[in-house]
Amino acid sequence: MQKIYPDAASALDGLLHDGMFIAAGGFGLCGIPELLLAAIKDAGTKDLTFASNNAGVDDFGIGILLQTRQVKKMISSYVGENAEFMRQYLSGELELEFNPQGTLAERMRSGGCGIPGFYTKTGVGTVIADGKDHKEFPTGENGAMETYIMEEGIFADLSIVKAWKADETGNLVFRKTARNFNPPAAMCGKTCVVEVEEIVPTGSLDPDNIHLPGIYVHRIIQGEHEKRIEQRTVRERT
Amino acid sequence: MAWDRNQMAERAAQELEDGMYVNLGIGIPTLVANYVGDKDITLQSENGMLGMGPFPYEGDEDPDLINAGKQTITELNRTAYFDSATSFGMIRGGKIAAAILGAMEVDEKGDLANWMIPGKLVKGMGGAMDLVAGVGRVIVVMDHTNKHGDSKLLRECTLPLTGKGVVDRIITNLGVLDVVEGGLKIVETADGVTEDDLRAATQATIV
Repeated sequence: MQKIYPDAASALDGLLHDGMFIAAGGFGLCGIPELLLAAIKDAGTKDLTFASNNAGVDDFGIGILLQTRQVKKMISSYVGENAEFMRQYLSGELELEFNPQGTLAERMRSGGCGIPGFYTKTGVGTVIADGKDHKEFPTGENGAMETYIMEEGIFADLSIVKAWKADETGNLVFRKTARNFNPPAAMCGKTCVVEVEEIVPTGSLDPDNIHLPGIYVHRIIQGEHEKRIEQRTVRERT
Repeated sequence: MAWDRNQMAERAAQELEDGMYVNLGIGIPTLVANYVGDKDITLQSENGMLGMGPFPYEGDEDPDLINAGKQTITELNRTAYFDSATSFGMIRGGKIAAAILGAMEVDEKGDLANWMIPGKLVKGMGGAMDLVAGVGRVIVVMDHTNKHGDSKLLRECTLPLTGKGVVDRIITNLGVLDVVEGGLKIVETADGVTEDDLRAATQATIV
């Protein structure tokens, strides 16, 4: 069980093909797999579909793959920070499927758990519900019926995620809000490649404090991360 | 006379009770945190955190610690982190007592529109649809009229909806209204605003 690779390019070797479906972790620029995204750019893989909460900014995150026109479709909840994204979307070069944020997270989690569909109240009565299966369940007060819509689990070809630490078997620990979409994104791919700040010896992580068990992780790389801040907000020292 | 942004936030803070877990939206709702006083309120940030603290001191910013508006923040001694699926599990599961958020339009049936204007740049709904569908109580804080002077409290929303029949209470610069059977009910008026002023600025049916 050798999961550790020397760099992003070797970790992705044999996993990339044109037209593939990739689930990526991260929220904004926080906890994104920046090294793996850069390696996909270098590999030149085209017509990619990404399930990712956001699309990065123009020169960082998934944004770098938009500059090179490697992305065919985005499944996201919010894409407001990316001018090149908007230009390609408005000109029809890029497909976009908006998912409510919680629906996107649950679609990833479900896919990873072998659940092809689930019902949610989110989006009932909005454009999100158009064309989707509606069903009533007695979840209201005193068993009153409430309407739900069916959403489908995501089954991706590849998961790319960022964690703080991994042991040599792929057990992962995330740090603060950089956890975000990374665990569900990791779960829903056939193969999962993880980039971490530090690979530690097996046995050095507390088994009671593993955030994602190594069963979900196939390949690991360690690297230097830029970890860019999107909105620097501070308060005065008093 | 009417309430300014801070007074609206201060009024919205009165909606919060000791022990509540609350999600605050971007804009005026964010200011509500300044007025909770001694009440024991835990703020949720839907990117995966309960117990959100204030902005960091300069030099203490941590790229791994942001809120749902992507701003750098801090943790508290009660803070817990979790992934996005768990975060929206607690939202969808009704564990969050209240959400306070802004809106473009609200109508007399409690329908809410705050995520897209057709023909304009669409940035996405983020977590707004999940929040309004899932939390215990939805409180909207917004100006009573738009920049053209038209009422934002309508008989029926004209913009694409974020949620249908989801709003419980509306706090505007002119007063407080509840969504009830048949329309909106005036709960109180802002300082120096009469019920007649409020009715005149409202397109929705007032019962």
